[in-house]
Amino acid sequence: MNLGYYPGCALHGSSNDYEQSLRACLGALDVTLAEIDDWICCGATSAHSLNHKLAIALPARNLALAGRQGLDEMFAPCPMCSMQLLRAGQAMAADARLREEISSMVEAEVPNGPRVLNLIQVFQRIGLDKLKAAVKTPLKDLKPACYYGCLLVRPPTVVDFDDAEQPQSMEAIATALGAKPVEWGSRTECCGAGMTMAKTETVLELSGRILANAASHGANCLVVACPMCHVNLDMKQAEAAEFLRAKFDLPVYYLSDLVGMALGLSATKLGVDRHFVVVGGPN
Amino acid sequence: MSRIGVFVCWCGENIARTVDVQQVVDSIAAVPGVRCAGHYKYMCSDPGQAMIREKIAAEKLDGVVVASCSPHMHLKTFRRAVNAAGLNPYLLEMANIREHCSWVHHDREQATAKALDLIRLSVAKVRFDRKLDPIRVPVTRRALVIGGGVAGIQAALDIADSGYEVVLVEREPSIGGKMAGLSETFPTLDCSQCILTPRMVEAGQHPRIRLYTYSEVESVDGFIGNFKATIRQKARYVDMTKCTGCGECAKVCPLKRNLSEFDYGMGMRPAIYTPFPQAVPARPVIDKKTCAKIIRNGCGLCEKKCAPGAIDFKDTDRMVEEQVGAIVVATGYQLYSIGRRQDSDKLRGYGEYGYGKYKDVIDSLQFERLVSASGPTNGELKRPSDGKIPQKVVFISCVGSRDNAKGLQYCSKICCMYTAKHTMLYKHKVHSGEAHVFYMDIRAGGKGYEEFVRRAIEQDGAKYYRGRVSKITEEGGKLIVRGADTLAGIPVTIEADLVVLAAAMRPSDGAAELAQKLNVGYDENGFLSESHPKLRPVETNAAGVFVCGACQAPKDIPESVAQASAAAAKVAVTFAASELTREPEIAHINEQTCAACFACVHTCPYHAVEKAEIRARSGALIKHTARVNPGLCMGCGTCVAVCPSKSADIEGFSEEEIYSMVEALA
Amino acid sequence: METTSGAEPAIPQVESLSGTRLSECYQCGKCTAGCPVAGRMDVPPTRLMRLLQLGDGDSALRANSIWQCVSCQTCTTRCPKRVDCAAVMDALRQLAFERGTLSPAERRTVLFQKAFLDNIRRHGRLGEIELIAAFKGAVFLRDRNLPFLFRDATLAPQLARRRKLHLVGEQVKDRGVVARIFARAVNGGAR
Repeated sequence: MNLGYYPGCALHGSSNDYEQSLRACLGALDVTLAEIDDWICCGATSAHSLNHKLAIALPARNLALAGRQGLDEMFAPCPMCSMQLLRAGQAMAADARLREEISSMVEAEVPNGPRVLNLIQVFQRIGLDKLKAAVKTPLKDLKPACYYGCLLVRPPTVVDFDDAEQPQSMEAIATALGAKPVEWGSRTECCGAGMTMAKTETVLELSGRILANAASHGANCLVVACPMCHVNLDMKQAEAAEFLRAKFDLPVYYLSDLVGMALGLSATKLGVDRHFVVVGGPN
Repeated sequence: MSRIGVFVCWCGENIARTVDVQQVVDSIAAVPGVRCAGHYKYMCSDPGQAMIREKIAAEKLDGVVVASCSPHMHLKTFRRAVNAAGLNPYLLEMANIREHCSWVHHDREQATAKALDLIRLSVAKVRFDRKLDPIRVPVTRRALVIGGGVAGIQAALDIADSGYEVVLVEREPSIGGKMAGLSETFPTLDCSQCILTPRMVEAGQHPRIRLYTYSEVESVDGFIGNFKATIRQKARYVDMTKCTGCGECAKVCPLKRNLSEFDYGMGMRPAIYTPFPQAVPARPVIDKKTCAKIIRNGCGLCEKKCAPGAIDFKDTDRMVEEQVGAIVVATGYQLYSIGRRQDSDKLRGYGEYGYGKYKDVIDSLQFERLVSASGPTNGELKRPSDGKIPQKVVFISCVGSRDNAKGLQYCSKICCMYTAKHTMLYKHKVHSGEAHVFYMDIRAGGKGYEEFVRRAIEQDGAKYYRGRVSKITEEGGKLIVRGADTLAGIPVTIEADLVVLAAAMRPSDGAAELAQKLNVGYDENGFLSESHPKLRPVETNAAGVFVCGACQAPKDIPESVAQASAAAAKVAVTFAASELTREPEIAHINEQTCAACFACVHTCPYHAVEKAEIRARSGALIKHTARVNPGLCMGCGTCVAVCPSKSADIEGFSEEEIYSMVEALA
Repeated sequence: METTSGAEPAIPQVESLSGTRLSECYQCGKCTAGCPVAGRMDVPPTRLMRLLQLGDGDSALRANSIWQCVSCQTCTTRCPKRVDCAAVMDALRQLAFERGTLSPAERRTVLFQKAFLDNIRRHGRLGEIELIAAFKGAVFLRDRNLPFLFRDATLAPQLARRRKLHLVGEQVKDRGVVARIFARAVNGGAR
């Protein structure tokens, strides 16, 4: 399978462990990623917070570049990126004049497409049966709390993925890999998103609550499909524990880590050893 | 027709202020065929009518045109006046020079000219009017009531007490409807079954009520005064003539763990069961979906145990025909299904409330069963998950109601009242318990209702928060309810033991299909449509079919009972004479020219056109033709529009009349 | 009660930017109930919508709420009237930024967002270290808060150990188009 690939700034920055994990895992599943040539930042929180047109134009430029490359599907591993791409696409699909305006703004014709996929959708595209069949090491010791966060499932009118209140797509994959995902309460609660630098306390409180809830429901790890969530739950785990006067010992895996480990790939190959919290305590 | 009398009304100043009545009268008198033209200040008054009658006699008029207000106002008045003078009432036309002229124009000259034109149209039309007689239709003075809840029971009793036979059809094994399952009713806190069961028994024993339970109306043919209803009596597998209602069968049935429909899943029942002890009739049915004998020829213990030998596994559905003259629809309501599975694309359910996922999140009817003295827990409020008595209960209003995004836009009317009632029932049982209510508005408009809600808050100590709930999660056996109080402007989180959702009221399953069978309209929410929301609340646009109760719109018990009696009164009106008269302005088919293409048969919205055969005396077929049933036709004119051979026409609005009006203007 | 700087009234702009009709909100409170940071807001979302309905754009623009908001989209997802509350928050942020009516306590957040955008404008992709440096520097220049300047400094070696530290970020080849996109977005106004 050949997919267009939009990494986004995080995956080429301090969340490059996520990209390492993706490439190792998807590589083992015969998925080639065609990176979009000269892609630019989607604008993230800052664009939609400060400038309405910019918030559409920046993602739109990437849709145009993908179009130029003849891609009709692109994989965006960061839900902030995927949500912004979908939202910009939707706005222009509903308003032809807007598409014209944005196309001239970004100096490229913005097509009606391509389709944008998140990580879970990529695995669904590969097929749960195929994943199950390819499992070499069932993850029977893992009791993950599958954490979706916000933008994978909200707003449902934009992302149209799984169920915004009771999603099950990640649990389905985890189960197919032999793990035993737990039933817990904070699956779609916000971790604090991009406020890590600007409002650290908010992140510590929100992420701390998520970690506490996962622990109280018997999870021994978390699984995420978002680099921001990973930073807030992994890099900030020790600080969150301190903030809440609690103790956490919950490794946070990317979904591609889970799949990769089940396929028999090593922790170093997947980059799991680069997390802050690894099995057996903080790294 | 050449002796036409034209009478122009001033209507006080309503017409005369804008239309020059004298000029109109002078001009119209000059039109050929107009024998005389007069005017009066109020044509509809006694002197005005007298003028018309005198002129008819004096001038031997053979057609009358009254130029005044809308026919909606006084058509009947003038028809009666004309009739009293010996002229056929359908040789009268009204030209509306008020609503269509003087009330909507300012320019006197133009209005006068237009009034004259309108009258000339009516003069042209009246020339081609024919004498018509009202159509007489015989009446079968028996009524069919569909639905045996409190509304259906009330309607049936009123009609039966008026002296007419009633066929009462109920699809559950017992009558009683939703009210039979309630604990206590607002605002009196009467025990629901205590006030209902006497009525149920009366309906079951009334000499003029024929009760079909566990039955559904399969089809209805015919028209007002002459309906033929086909009723499917579902197989009970119990012979009602032999069964004594002793209940031994239910005791020996080994399949005891089926979710009870009557308890909305809060309790269990065996495969052979009577839904509740006070059921009418107090006889069991066998659930063919779970009975081992019926599915795989096993068990059979009830048959062995039954002393009178009333169990009959060979039972089958039976079709029964009943002739009736009027129908009352009282099919009631169901609650909005809060989980994700919905029967319509517009409804999406509430995943955020965890209904169906968390055992202790229940809906309002389920709560009624848990607090009901004859309920699955004998009136002890034991929560479904572990049977403990909840110390903190959260009640959430407007679940599914007043929600454009995932639910229904309307307000379900009764939830504010029954939520207050629920808090009181809870506090009366658990004195130390805490009742918390999340609401948007309090709708308590009935008699004693406002006082009732204040009592819940001020005397029984229910805590009310003005705001919706965003999410419910479960932690350590407690339900974490995240709501808000907008009056204080703060989020409010409660850790509850039990959550009760006040789900929206929707029409019963199958109401839309039944409405189609009866030619009754229904709105986008499935509620059956009344003829006029203000002035004709229990009639429908299908003649002879009436509605009452929650199938028409969300309402409480007093309103349902009142509407039921109203519908019964309408039925009594229908039965007042041995014959019904209908307006003769209906369609008729020229059978000589009819090509039997039956386009009219297919397009008639009232199914009033039939396929007929014309045979010679020897029985040989001469031709096929379409034929209008004068009892059903509503004179809409659709058949006239589609008929390719111009064989269909409407009496009183014939093609000839319409074209003559057009030519008069040209 | 309406405008702040004598510019156009804010309310119609909020409506057009967010694509939402404020009159549709019937103040049910579900947004406040589900907002993860409502407790930190001086004006919770329901009250914010009410102030806008009453024409008080001023109070809404000055509330710290819009900068406490984490854009989790829960409010919009659950609103029974399909009012896009999250978009209203965006619109208020955009207008507040444009007009300079910023809640004093939230200047830090705004500085971060601004530094982020400046970074993107120059490179096309985010240079993390440069962003942190610019952000911390700007805050220090305003607050003279030394601890804040050096907080998270220990993070650098931890990131470096894990090969997550990139002193210099990536640059896109065609940076000119990025700069022009920004220029058009800013000059054309937020609308």
